[in-house]
Amino acid sequence: MEIPYAVKARPDTGLYNAKVGIWLFLASEVMLFGALFSSYILLRVNADPGTWPLHLLNVKLGALNTIVLILSSVTVVFGWASLKMNQFGSYKIFQGITILCALTFLGIKSFEYRDKFNHYEVQLKNNTIVDGHKDGGNTDTNFFAFESARTVTNHSELMSPPEESTLKEIKVPMSEIKDRADGKGKEIENYGPWHSSYFAIYFVLTGLHALHVIGGMIVIFVIWGPLAKVWKTDPERYTNRVEVSGLFWHFVDLIWIFLFPVLYLL
Amino acid sequence: MHQTTIEQAAAGDGHSIAEAKKHMRTYAIVGVALAIGTGLTVWAAFINFGSREINIIAALIIASTKGFLVAGFFMHLISEKKLIYSVMVCTVFFFAALMFLTLMSMQHDNIVHMR
Repeated sequence: MEIPYAVKARPDTGLYNAKVGIWLFLASEVMLFGALFSSYILLRVNADPGTWPLHLLNVKLGALNTIVLILSSVTVVFGWASLKMNQFGSYKIFQGITILCALTFLGIKSFEYRDKFNHYEVQLKNNTIVDGHKDGGNTDTNFFAFESARTVTNHSELMSPPEESTLKEIKVPMSEIKDRADGKGKEIENYGPWHSSYFAIYFVLTGLHALHVIGGMIVIFVIWGPLAKVWKTDPERYTNRVEVSGLFWHFVDLIWIFLFPVLYLL
Repeated sequence: MHQTTIEQAAAGDGHSIAEAKKHMRTYAIVGVALAIGTGLTVWAAFINFGSREINIIAALIIASTKGFLVAGFFMHLISEKKLIYSVMVCTVFFFAALMFLTLMSMQHDNIVHMR
């Protein structure tokens, strides 16, 4: 059975069906991310003074990832335009670069996630807080070892990044660490989604976005690789597939353009 | 046969091969503009304007401009069919309603309890 208007435009809409479909899907995606942006605004506006972090994330890596996604958006439209000009070889190169950009983005994001999961805040019995990156090589269970950390007396001091000169190697005896109120272990917590409202919304927004990057990358890869033979038998249909996957990819880029300043800079 | 099909596809979608070539230059210019916009976003975030609100407004204006460039040129929204615009108008309406509800809820204190 042939799917109608998969290639030619419908007379009433002037569009092939997949294009209408992807735009309707993107409309639903706007509402999905819109709801999460709304949650972000509410959490931020209602945060107590001095409890919302500023510039705690790595701005250089965030900016680099923004450039990587912009480059990938350019190569996606270049790839599509190459097909329009019947230059399949150029399309393969451009879309190959897109896939590499997607992998680079995910690699940088994974590095950032790993950094946060390795960043610990330890509350001591003398009411000071030791905050920094855990020494993964420490095997002495009597100590909690940091490879670079700072000691602060007030939680609000942790809302901005430390100066390099204040960081040093610290070994905290386990006996000096405060017990949790519920009796389940010590007051040791990393910067995962459970750490604070900021990191909860950060991981939800960037995690959902990363899932979109993975999904988009898989679709682009399948069209670029295994489905490339369709170009020989039905080039118009193939070009349309590239256009539809490209529209999704640009949307993923669009979302990141807003996520970067909101989470990294403001 | 193959070449003809592609040309037909291009022409059928309102894009001739010559147009596609011209568009590639536009895409490159938009890409550079987006990269410059990213630098501008970072720069504006670290400037002391005297009020944090101005930093937030500046960042949102730059992000919106970049968003317009992506949607307008890469996603071809500046030259789309009427049906796509109808879908977009509905989306913008519901998104605006969502943001309006968000702003309305901020009028009441302590609706969100956080650490």
